[in-house]
Amino acid sequence: MRALKSVGVRVGRRLVASVPALLGVVVFTFVLMRVLPGDPAVFFASGPNAGQAEIQMIREQMGLDRPVHEQLIRYFSEIGRGQLGRSMTTGQAVVADLRERLPASLELTLVALILALGAAIPLGILAALRPNSPLDHVVRFVCSMGVCVPTFVSGLLLIYVFYVVLGIAPDPTGRIDIFAASPPDITGFLLLDFAITGDWEGWRAAAGQIILPACTMALFVLAPLARMTRASMLAVLGSDFIRTARSIGLSRWKVIVVHGLRNALLPVITITGIVFSTMLGANVLVEKVFSWPGVGSYALDALLGSDYAPVQGFVLMMALAFVVVNLLIDVLYGIADPRVNVE
Amino acid sequence: MTLLSVQDLRVSFSTRRGVVEAVRGISFDLAPGQTLAVVGESGSGKSVTAYAVTGLLDRAGRIAGGKIVFKGRDITGARESELRALRGAAISMVFQNPRAALNPIRSVGRQVMDALSAHNSLSGREKREKALDLLRAVLIRDPERRFDAYPHELSGGMCQRVMIAMAMACEPALLIADEPTTGLDVTTQKTVMDLLTKLVAERDMAMILITHDLGLAAQYCANVAVMQEGVLVERAPAAQLFQRPQHPYTQRLVAASPTPRSTVQELVGEPPAPPIIRPPERPGQAPLLEVHRLTKLYDGFKAVDDVSFTLRAGESLGLVGESGSGKSTISRMVCRLIDHSAGDIVFDGQDIGDVKARDFHASRFRREIQLVFQDPHESLNPRFTAFDAIARPVTRLLGVKDGKELTGRVEEAAERCGLPRNLLGRFPHQLSGGQKARVGIARAIAVGPRLLVLDEPTAALDVSVQAVVLKLLDDLRRQDGLAFLFVSHDLNVVRMMCERTIVLRQGQVVEQGDSAAIFDAPADAYTRELLTAIPHFDPVAA
Repeated sequence: MRALKSVGVRVGRRLVASVPALLGVVVFTFVLMRVLPGDPAVFFASGPNAGQAEIQMIREQMGLDRPVHEQLIRYFSEIGRGQLGRSMTTGQAVVADLRERLPASLELTLVALILALGAAIPLGILAALRPNSPLDHVVRFVCSMGVCVPTFVSGLLLIYVFYVVLGIAPDPTGRIDIFAASPPDITGFLLLDFAITGDWEGWRAAAGQIILPACTMALFVLAPLARMTRASMLAVLGSDFIRTARSIGLSRWKVIVVHGLRNALLPVITITGIVFSTMLGANVLVEKVFSWPGVGSYALDALLGSDYAPVQGFVLMMALAFVVVNLLIDVLYGIADPRVNVE
Repeated sequence: MTLLSVQDLRVSFSTRRGVVEAVRGISFDLAPGQTLAVVGESGSGKSVTAYAVTGLLDRAGRIAGGKIVFKGRDITGARESELRALRGAAISMVFQNPRAALNPIRSVGRQVMDALSAHNSLSGREKREKALDLLRAVLIRDPERRFDAYPHELSGGMCQRVMIAMAMACEPALLIADEPTTGLDVTTQKTVMDLLTKLVAERDMAMILITHDLGLAAQYCANVAVMQEGVLVERAPAAQLFQRPQHPYTQRLVAASPTPRSTVQELVGEPPAPPIIRPPERPGQAPLLEVHRLTKLYDGFKAVDDVSFTLRAGESLGLVGESGSGKSTISRMVCRLIDHSAGDIVFDGQDIGDVKARDFHASRFRREIQLVFQDPHESLNPRFTAFDAIARPVTRLLGVKDGKELTGRVEEAAERCGLPRNLLGRFPHQLSGGQKARVGIARAIAVGPRLLVLDEPTAALDVSVQAVVLKLLDDLRRQDGLAFLFVSHDLNVVRMMCERTIVLRQGQVVEQGDSAAIFDAPADAYTRELLTAIPHFDPVAA
């Protein structure tokens, strides 16, 4: 109860502390978008020969003729109403667009993260148990490769091998086969929705679609996770309490997992939070390669089209995601390490 | 019948500079129920011997020769699974630094249960019950509540009791305690050692106590073995060893250990020095340092509570007390490293308490008040050579920029501290503990201070090195008329080094006065408790 309360207090404090940062992010992107060259009115006018009058009309419609601070105030009042403006490209409200696409990105990122952790932690442990052995070097090599090869290259390679050559992967075109029926929209996460409705065939199809892009992303973040696990495992295995655990005759397995790994995972939790946030924003390339309908490609298209509202909305959403993820990591850390609550 | 027999044991470590022999052929036997202390200074191989016996040597170390026979079975180079069956069940260990020796994110109760489940198959409830019994046996009050506590929520002494409970859990025949009370307060040391030896005696266990403290060895073990550089030089019953040490190294070690009667000069085998005669003070002359009603609050907690004292020029004053007594906090406030919450610090008639600690480096009094830090290993910048370390304050505080003058001053300070000139170009990791301590002292005296604040200056040093460093400090004080504010947990050291002593407890002064008077006839019960807790081997004092 006491621990729960202290977690609650910490969460509240962190949320309040993040408000100024979020405000700053909003103002910064808002101003930046307006400083960047390119006039959305010209872009969205009916055609290249649109007259000055038409462009002027669009400007007035979009409120671009007003001074920047007035536009900003209008934007804030819109945020206050829970709106983020309208996308000129899709013609929809930005909030609706994001709501539609965010689950795709989140699902991809989460699956990739689970794959990455599933591979990185065992690899890191193995490398730490036999430092400088051939196995350690193999792990190091795999990690270096993962980081060195850009995601669009590794993505294309995976497509080439598993789709073109072996033919075991489905077309790399989005979250679901175009001819397959999509599940009812419950959570937006296809894998979850299929599982909830009990449609296991659909689940397999969705899983088939997500596995290659997820692997591509997982490869990219394998290195920080595996290297961190190795380093912190090495440090922990050399510590006094591991010697104590051995001195009371615990089995090797118990010493490594119960006393070693649990302590070694503490820094890995922190890194995981950073990795997750980065993945969420940086998977534009993967989304492009696999035609994944996520927020990354949405924001990129908007940016190229000088479409202000979606870019601003995307940045704000990412900032929020950062706050939430960090908070989550903080809470997790507090649960995993009893020493944190004291401070 | 012997329980443990070690025959011509050799342990070597492969290091960057090749193979190093840490233990070079030692032999000893231990009968069931016997207690043996292994004493020696750092690097003597005493801990390595223990780890070799339990098979806990780290990766770089290996048994290069000899035999370890336990209960008639040769366990030298036994397989890990065999050794694991022995550890905890037949041979268990208690380690130094109990806080670090316990898993920080596992409750202490669970860790005791771990020790139980390593060799027994008990149900969860039985395990919990037995673990509670064990916690009760090591005198942990309210064990049900402490069961779910984490190590950081318990004091060092409590953690060591938990560690003892874990070591006792499967009733082993042999307990190896590796410096079990180093870093604990004297009174805590006494309770922990009393408890440990009582439990060992009750269970008819044999014990090997590894320690650098001769007093501890004499008081708690029947037999003592002395190790030096990987060799066992002497073994004898405790009383005999300390009264008539045979080996020259043992003799040196015994001589260098502070006792309730020793003097600094005796420790290094020199004739006693004459008492310091100071010119009589002119009436009305202000003392060098006057601390008046000094208080330090940390989040409302009074770390130092209304402490007043004075220090005359050339006088030495000792601050003693256990951890949390505020002695280090006082020394830091006097040095102006931290700000005080209330009270005055008057140095040479000037209130230096007004100057913020942050700005004190620019004060003209900075060079007058210098500090010698506790750990010579940690308090030197690893990227500074000894010369740089000593030269830095000279350039900063005296403004000496001229290369020749600077070199001259540094070399003079080093020479006065017995630091050979050819060592000045070395980095801290290339120096021994004693040499680093000398660098720390040279750095402090290089700017010609009038007050030297010494915060546990010898706590991290071996006794023989400590003896030499104490002698050096005493000589410097006599030659320069330096005043000392000497902070230590070691009462014997303070008695030898200081003319007057202040005993502190929880931020308050318990007793202050002439050292001789306080140590011979302590007026306060707490001081008496502290004094009786010091383990000693001196037959005269016993």
